[in-house]
Amino acid sequence: MTRTVLAVDDSRTMRDMLRLALTEVGIKAHFAEDGVHGLEVLEGLEPDAIITDINMPRMDGFGFISAVRKRPEYRGVPILVLTTESAPELKQRAREAGATGWIVKPFDPAKLVRAIDMVAG
Amino acid sequence: MSTEKQKSAAVELLSFRVGEQEYSVDIMSVREIRGWTRATTLPHSPAYVRGVINLRGTVLPVIDLATRLGLPRGQVTDRNVIIVVDIAGRTVGLLVEAVSDILTVPQDDLAPPPSLAADEAQTFIKALTIVDGRMIRVLDLSSVMPTAATIAA
Amino acid sequence: MADPMEEIRASFFIECEELLEAMQDGLQMLEDGAADGETINVVFRAVHSIKGGAGAFGLDALVAFAHTFETALDGVRSGRIDVDGDRLKLFFRCGDLLADHVRATRDGETLETAAHEQVVEALEALGGDLEEEEIGDFQPMAMSLDLPGLGSDGDLPDLGSLGGLPDLDFGMDFGEGGATASGAWLIRFAPKDELYSTGNEPLYLLRALADLGEVEVTADTDRVPDLDALDPAAACISWTILLTADTDEATIREVFDFVDGLCELSIKTAADDAQSNADALGEADLPLLDLPVAEVEPEHDAPAAPTPEPEPVAVPESVAVPVAVALAPPSTATRPALTAAPSAASDRKPTAPHATVRVDLERIDRLVNLVGELVINQAMLSQSVREAGVPQTSPASSRLDEFLQLTRDIQECVMMIRAQPVKSLFQRMGRIVREAAAAVGKDVRLHTDGEATEIDKTVVELLAEPLMHMIRNAVDHGLEKTEARIAAGKSPEGLVTLSAGHRSGRVVIEIGDDGAGINRARVLKKAIEKKLIPADAQLTESEIDNLLFMPGFSTAAEVTSISGRGVGMDVVRTAIVSLGGRISITSREGAGTTFSISLPLTLAVLDGMVVRVEEETLVIPLAAIVETLTLNSTDVRTLGPETQVVRVRDAFLPLLDLGTELGYRTPRGDYSGAIVLLITQEDNSRTALVVDAIEDQRQVVIKGLHDSYGHVPGVAAATILGDGQIALILDPIDLIANASGRSRISTRAELALAG
Repeated sequence: MTRTVLAVDDSRTMRDMLRLALTEVGIKAHFAEDGVHGLEVLEGLEPDAIITDINMPRMDGFGFISAVRKRPEYRGVPILVLTTESAPELKQRAREAGATGWIVKPFDPAKLVRAIDMVAG
Repeated sequence: MSTEKQKSAAVELLSFRVGEQEYSVDIMSVREIRGWTRATTLPHSPAYVRGVINLRGTVLPVIDLATRLGLPRGQVTDRNVIIVVDIAGRTVGLLVEAVSDILTVPQDDLAPPPSLAADEAQTFIKALTIVDGRMIRVLDLSSVMPTAATIAA
Repeated sequence: MADPMEEIRASFFIECEELLEAMQDGLQMLEDGAADGETINVVFRAVHSIKGGAGAFGLDALVAFAHTFETALDGVRSGRIDVDGDRLKLFFRCGDLLADHVRATRDGETLETAAHEQVVEALEALGGDLEEEEIGDFQPMAMSLDLPGLGSDGDLPDLGSLGGLPDLDFGMDFGEGGATASGAWLIRFAPKDELYSTGNEPLYLLRALADLGEVEVTADTDRVPDLDALDPAAACISWTILLTADTDEATIREVFDFVDGLCELSIKTAADDAQSNADALGEADLPLLDLPVAEVEPEHDAPAAPTPEPEPVAVPESVAVPVAVALAPPSTATRPALTAAPSAASDRKPTAPHATVRVDLERIDRLVNLVGELVINQAMLSQSVREAGVPQTSPASSRLDEFLQLTRDIQECVMMIRAQPVKSLFQRMGRIVREAAAAVGKDVRLHTDGEATEIDKTVVELLAEPLMHMIRNAVDHGLEKTEARIAAGKSPEGLVTLSAGHRSGRVVIEIGDDGAGINRARVLKKAIEKKLIPADAQLTESEIDNLLFMPGFSTAAEVTSISGRGVGMDVVRTAIVSLGGRISITSREGAGTTFSISLPLTLAVLDGMVVRVEEETLVIPLAAIVETLTLNSTDVRTLGPETQVVRVRDAFLPLLDLGTELGYRTPRGDYSGAIVLLITQEDNSRTALVVDAIEDQRQVVIKGLHDSYGHVPGVAAATILGDGQIALILDPIDLIANASGRSRISTRAELALAG
């Protein structure tokens, strides 16, 4: 079965890289450019996992994760935080918002996929 | 690839008449054949550059092959045709008298021209072959188009 | 197909340009006092994203510089650093250097580091008290896309081998990583409620363990209450896993990285555990070896039931409780039938970011070409219809008019695809002003206007050099020195304005300064000294101003480091003219000077005059023609044996016979009654060009001649006319430069011909 992932990042380069890494392993990827856009794209999607950046315009990653978790139908969707920041307190904040795991940018595609396997099977 | 196969390989040639002689080109380099239309003269160009014509929106330079080969040039009429060929990535029209035939010639039957002749057309001939008793000259397309140097001159 | 990473790399540098632009905008807003709370975030994010992308490509130097800048910006963002004028100047400088860095990296050039070190020091001084950790321990790591199957042979990716990678290094440092490899591990794993609320799934953790080696999993369902008392979000089950694998503790712990702190976890070698069990003998712990175990099936392929089903469980009461209910509801299986949150949907505005598509320029050019064809085809059709004698009032004619309108609209739309706002160009000029001002020690502000004005992409690119030169001139020569400004009662801060706008189908760009204006007496003196004009020349103010465009003219009394590079306004003018543009100058003493550049919207079409010479139809760019006239016998005077001049008002202009110059005919000799076009040149000199007839004045689609044939002297390009014939578009400047000037056959030549 094809897995579906929603990836939210304001950097086009990051989105391109995610697209490459995800589609290479047969994951169907949807993209959004910030939190607000992410929520819109999420509408009607049933992603197996969500990947999100933290630093984004309009709605940052924390806000996006909280908003997703408030929706009952997305309460259990694994959310991976994709961020250059690996400081413990940022992970803690992300987790409090409801993040499942994290990937430190710049990411290794194999590890990205591995992390998705880890949270989404 | 075995030598056997190479021996049996054949080329298809489009033969045409120019200046009372029979020439041909590899059909793989031919894009299309179209009727003669008046060309727009290019100033300061060599005599064998007939000008440019509109080939479905692109500017196509036309070479008067007879002049290029140093052969007598007949009156250009509506019966003349332009063979549109690809030469090293460029598209060029060759003005000839008429297209005669499509010939399938075994590669082995193509002989390099003897290096005796000293006439101008000699440098434009890649190979010779005999079909039904007619001598067919295979044109070396790369030497037909003027080089940048000759254009600038 | 091209290397996908190369494509992304190329696109990264394009994105960098956009980010640099956003950064510039933000800084400008901060300087103009137009910033709001979000502005600094935008600037921060721009730099942050450049760093992020650069990291992905292993561009360490760029990462390092961006990081320093980002750290300082984060300080501003979090209120630890106040922004004042000097700091803003530093940030502008950083932005400029970051742009240099990006471009040097893109082009594989090495960068002057002296300026960088200085700025980095200043930045570090600024953020000296910052804790580095605030930003994060960013470690550049090149992303090598060695995905299996991404080989050059284009094979399909081998999906299986990816998931099987045993190396699970998430870049985290585990203190306990020292354990040695050993055969059997006993892992106790008891999730807390939060593990589920963060979307973690024990099944996948168990599977990840199974990937390490052989596992025997036991579910402890003791704490699972009766169904009516069950909280579906609560964690009730814990697991004991016996892992037989050649691995170490750090690797096992990595599996639980995401749930660290969200569960109780103990990892021991089976030997240690046996020891501790032995020590704790008599306690109520379950005798491990007696437990029935459930194998976790790594190839479990039923996502609808995403938990191992620990069927043979030792505790009889809980047999019927499927583990799934203890988990947060899986998204797919038990999604509540909520009708998509109507409140959220109703007040949702179309807030999606402005959607854009990146298209290869080549494809656009092809489209532009095709539309050009359409225009030509339309013209041909109109001509045929007219020739067929269809009355103007017939339905066919009016349909054709609609068609004409439609074609023009399409053409305009297509041209707009190539158009791009002048904003990026203007932003680059901001930097030029800053650097030029610093170099000459003047206080200068740049005001820009009409940045959204769009113009053909190629024009934008080719305009950079001349604009840069003019901006430098404005700062260097246009504006007075600060003391002089104060003495003149002006603000000590000089103003350079750069504006763009549409005016009658063309784009007009103006570069102005509020300096002293052109010192005409000095210009005149200099021109006479340099023998550019006769000593007794009587020139109007505007004619004096235009002397600036004469080759080799330089007004500065002192050659300065920034604009005294031997490039005069004549070069600027040549560049503008080659873009089909015109440049003019206005100046008021004491109030300043403004250069005005008028450019065509696109390079794909040209306003031309269609003329006939002998049998040929030719197009002459309208921009080059100042006037057309019919000669009478007294206008033409003989100059040399083969040349003639035309008297136009008080000037004698060289007479060129276009037919002769192009080699279509021999000179006519007698040109009374001939139609001439007065062609203006860069140096304002004029030439009279004889044509046989003027046929039309129209827009033509430019077709390159160079690619299909080569350069033809005096010819700029070609176009296709309404009758399908190709007409050459002249390059009058080139034509005149290479002209023979023969308009008569000299007596000697006549004799030679006769003989």
